[in-house]
Amino acid sequence: MLKRKIILLLVVALSLASLYLFIHMNFQAMEYLLRTRLEKILAMILCAVSIGVSTVVFQTITHNRILTPSIMGLDSVYMFIQTIVVFLFGSGTFVIMQSDAYFFLTILLMVGFAFGLYQLLFRRGQSNLFLLLLVGLVLGTFFSSLSSFMQMIIDPNEFLLIQDSMFASFTDVNTDLLLISAVIITVLCIYIFRYRHYFDVMSIGRDHAVNLGVPYEKIVKRMFLVIAVLVAVSTALVGPITFLGLLTANLAREFLQTFRHTYLLIAASLLSVIALLGGQLVVERIFSFSTPISVIINFVGGIYFIYLLVRESKKI
Amino acid sequence: MIVAEKLSKYFGSKKVIQDVSIEVKRGAITSFIGPNGAGKSTLLSMVSRLLKQDDGIVYLDGKDVHKQKSKDLAKTIAILRQSNVVQMKLTVRELVSFGRFPYSSGRLTAEDEQKVSEAITYVNLEEMENKYLNELSGGQKQRAFIAMVLAQDTDYILLDEPLNNLDMKHAVQMMKLLRKLVEDFGKTILLVIHDINFASVYSDRIVAMKDGKIVAEGPTEDIIQSDVLKSIYDLDIDVHNISCNRICVYF
Repeated sequence: MLKRKIILLLVVALSLASLYLFIHMNFQAMEYLLRTRLEKILAMILCAVSIGVSTVVFQTITHNRILTPSIMGLDSVYMFIQTIVVFLFGSGTFVIMQSDAYFFLTILLMVGFAFGLYQLLFRRGQSNLFLLLLVGLVLGTFFSSLSSFMQMIIDPNEFLLIQDSMFASFTDVNTDLLLISAVIITVLCIYIFRYRHYFDVMSIGRDHAVNLGVPYEKIVKRMFLVIAVLVAVSTALVGPITFLGLLTANLAREFLQTFRHTYLLIAASLLSVIALLGGQLVVERIFSFSTPISVIINFVGGIYFIYLLVRESKKI
Repeated sequence: MIVAEKLSKYFGSKKVIQDVSIEVKRGAITSFIGPNGAGKSTLLSMVSRLLKQDDGIVYLDGKDVHKQKSKDLAKTIAILRQSNVVQMKLTVRELVSFGRFPYSSGRLTAEDEQKVSEAITYVNLEEMENKYLNELSGGQKQRAFIAMVLAQDTDYILLDEPLNNLDMKHAVQMMKLLRKLVEDFGKTILLVIHDINFASVYSDRIVAMKDGKIVAEGPTEDIIQSDVLKSIYDLDIDVHNISCNRICVYF
């Protein structure tokens, strides 16, 4: 039953991918179109898998179904980096922002931020994940306020540069970076997937998990760092896309009705792929690029989030 | 054998366990009794490594509990705490199967399936094994969790108020089952229990706690005495011998 549902998702994802690949095909420019479209599809898959997987794991280790890794404040750090670079170097930065070095610097700073949080709170012998998230949230707000302030006082033309990076976009993804990201994301996802049975046990609660021999705190700490890297890579690659994970992780749980992470992780990834491909098709073919994809995702995700809140509060 | 040496635990500045040292014998039921907030559950949590003590050491069969691999410990000691809330949709059988995790790491073998079935039979939930936990009554849920601990098949079993939510019939069945585990399989069972008559009738030894300290400890007959109980509970308790059992009347 679960396998059949996964296959169904796979079929939908594959058909959307081929639709995206071949729609409005111009046979004279076929080679060029195929290549750019394949690159976009790869970027979407990478982003989808890292967001889907990281959100499912994050929700499991926090025991909370309405959280996403963005609560760690990584999105705000990303925006802060973009803003401060434009603020300091002006409109010449467009060249900088396209370079590989900049990509790695952004990842490094985001991971550094998460690692700093981790050091600050986990290494002191305590292991209060929620305190850590709270500090992340507060620092995230701090960074986004700083960013807003700087955006307010820079040249409006330069602001457009920042605005571009505020929303995830798959239209101009750097090919070299795509391959490097693919390697990093694949390695991390395989690493996470090896813990899938542990996650099953962890989802019935800390005490049960410890009783059953799961090195709970150790796994939580490791996963926190792995999730941070996953989110950092995908954000640096395409931009922040907050609600996607919330949407797809919950849809995966609703759709499969299971605690087994083997299936949840795959389903959340596939649903993310479907959401991104579908969203991108809508953006390109219906809105003809007039709106960024993350606006659509955030719109749908936001509505679903409200639905979740209303439904959860009815339960109580 | 479980040996705890000078265990202490603070919650903030409040000392909930103060320098508690205790030895628990193998192959017996030891009941922990005492008023609310005496530190019984905290002590059990520390013994089973769910909670780290601030001071002192717990030895399980001569080895420091916190220095052993969690996975190995899970094959020797199992604990069930009082409140067990699972938010997920889970069937009884799936829950009990978790008990085999220390052995199977998530991939159940035929032997694991066998043990799971046995555990479910022990607690009389065969007919409900495919029902979801949220469809069960409080008592059935409690028995499902106990089945999970039984499936874990450990030498030491720690149960924090296992009779919670159980009706009289199932409470008696549960205690008889625990007795059987001790007699037939030589298991060592530690219980936190509030009903002193259940403690009196079914346990070999009793440990009485109050304000984070052990106030009395010994064979059941020595503890179930009016004067000892008075010092534990501040309550006049008559002890009567009824068909070879020491029964307390305190109403």
